[in-house]
Amino acid sequence: MLRIENLTKRYKTGDTALKSVNLEVPKGQVLALIGPSGAGKSTLIRCVNRLVEPTEGRILLGDKELTTLGSGQLRKARRSMAMIFQEYALVERLSVMENVLSGRLGYVSFWRSFTRRFPQSDVTEAYRLLERVGLDHMADKRADELSGGQRQRVGICRALIQNPALLLVDEPTASLDPKTSRQIMRLICELCEERGLAAIINIHDVLLAQMFAKRIVGLQLGEIVYDGVPDGLTPDQLTLIYGEEDWEATIDKVKDESDEIESIEIVQ
Amino acid sequence: MPLKMNNGNKVWQRRTSKQQLLNWFAWLIAVAIFVYCWQLVSEKTMWIFVLDSPAQASDMAERMVPPKWGYLSTLWGPIWDTINIATLGTLIAIVLAFPVAFLAARNTTPSVRFVRPVALFIIVSSRSINSLLWALMLVTIIGPGVLAGVIAIGLRSIGFCAKLLYEAIEEINETQVEAITATGASGPQILNFGIVPQILPAFAGISVFRWDINIRESTVLGLVGAGGIGLELNASINTVSWTQVSVILLVILSTVVVSEWVSAKVRHAII
Repeated sequence: MLRIENLTKRYKTGDTALKSVNLEVPKGQVLALIGPSGAGKSTLIRCVNRLVEPTEGRILLGDKELTTLGSGQLRKARRSMAMIFQEYALVERLSVMENVLSGRLGYVSFWRSFTRRFPQSDVTEAYRLLERVGLDHMADKRADELSGGQRQRVGICRALIQNPALLLVDEPTASLDPKTSRQIMRLICELCEERGLAAIINIHDVLLAQMFAKRIVGLQLGEIVYDGVPDGLTPDQLTLIYGEEDWEATIDKVKDESDEIESIEIVQ
Repeated sequence: MPLKMNNGNKVWQRRTSKQQLLNWFAWLIAVAIFVYCWQLVSEKTMWIFVLDSPAQASDMAERMVPPKWGYLSTLWGPIWDTINIATLGTLIAIVLAFPVAFLAARNTTPSVRFVRPVALFIIVSSRSINSLLWALMLVTIIGPGVLAGVIAIGLRSIGFCAKLLYEAIEEINETQVEAITATGASGPQILNFGIVPQILPAFAGISVFRWDINIRESTVLGLVGAGGIGLELNASINTVSWTQVSVILLVILSTVVVSEWVSAKVRHAII
């Protein structure tokens, strides 16, 4: 569904963030993109919705080529690729409801959005999504009154109300505690499954990636060095992605922790 | 920083001895310049008048008391004019400053090379001319009266409001804007949802602050014929009615105190 061909990004400073990356994401697949800081993970997903302009290469969503779209068409295309951010990126002084409804901006006219008269179907869907993530009672709170985990849920609602085909998720758990991180990752994966969404999740936590994603892609210095199942991540592979380190502990822990998670869920 | 040892301990100093010496030398030069300037000023001052000043001041103070309280009743109109000059002038200024600020801010301007310099020029020219000078010009152009005062205050305040506002715009959190952009929002929608909510507190604070300053500035505009309480002040000084001047000064003082109290309250409520 998403096909990236020979994607290269060189910044004005001369740094090459991505070197001829090829990646294909089929419909409904949740893919975790791991790699050290500066590997180009953020740049890669930002090239897809062109918050960052690619230097070379093609990106196709379905059969539409994103790299050549004009600004009007790009806005239309962006409606089908929703993004979830590291620091939530909610507009802090707007209410939770306004933040969720801002996901519909690509569909409604300026005047309707300016006067906050969104179509009733959008409002109904917003309430439904907030209920799904357990925040329907917070709709009129200002976004900066919420805790980190709650804000990220609102971020997820804002993304889903776009009715996207693809989720671009940039370090969703980097500012969250371990438990909330897992809850958020689980929520994202569940929602993707419910709606048959494809997702690219940038994440630097290898354990979380292995726990929740069906496919892992390792990026190092702008190049894909691993592409496979979570269980295929051997110490050698991790060394290739991140550099020399004792990886045995990380990998062993995965098994223990997944047991532990199941027990937590039973308790809840 | 060269490492110095003292009995086997590492000694830390803020400056090297060379820097220390330069520092002293800079101070020496600054003091020398001050003394020289003082001498120049002193030569051009008629000390005989200055020595006389305590007597002059007490003389004027004597002539100012008791304030002629009966005069107060004729001041309500002019002070109301003054408040209106300040308020309407501020309104004009913030309406015009809002778009100028967006054109001047690096992250929202349509063109850094062509539009931004124009916006900055508007800001600088508005700021560099005092409201009294604006009023002086406007009185000759559109005639004396309150309207000249309102426009003078407005023109003077555009630059102030636009400058502070564009600095606020340049400091917004860009990821919030990115997030709105990523939904497929149009330019005006990004402005409305991503940028304006972030600068609204600054905008309100700046407006009230400028209103507070304008109350003070508009009290003197009458000196050049641009309406308000300054007209009365000018008339009273010209007729050497010092007891009236003292009433006017007291009225101005209390107006400014009230306006400062209001602006502090409003700013507190917003932020």
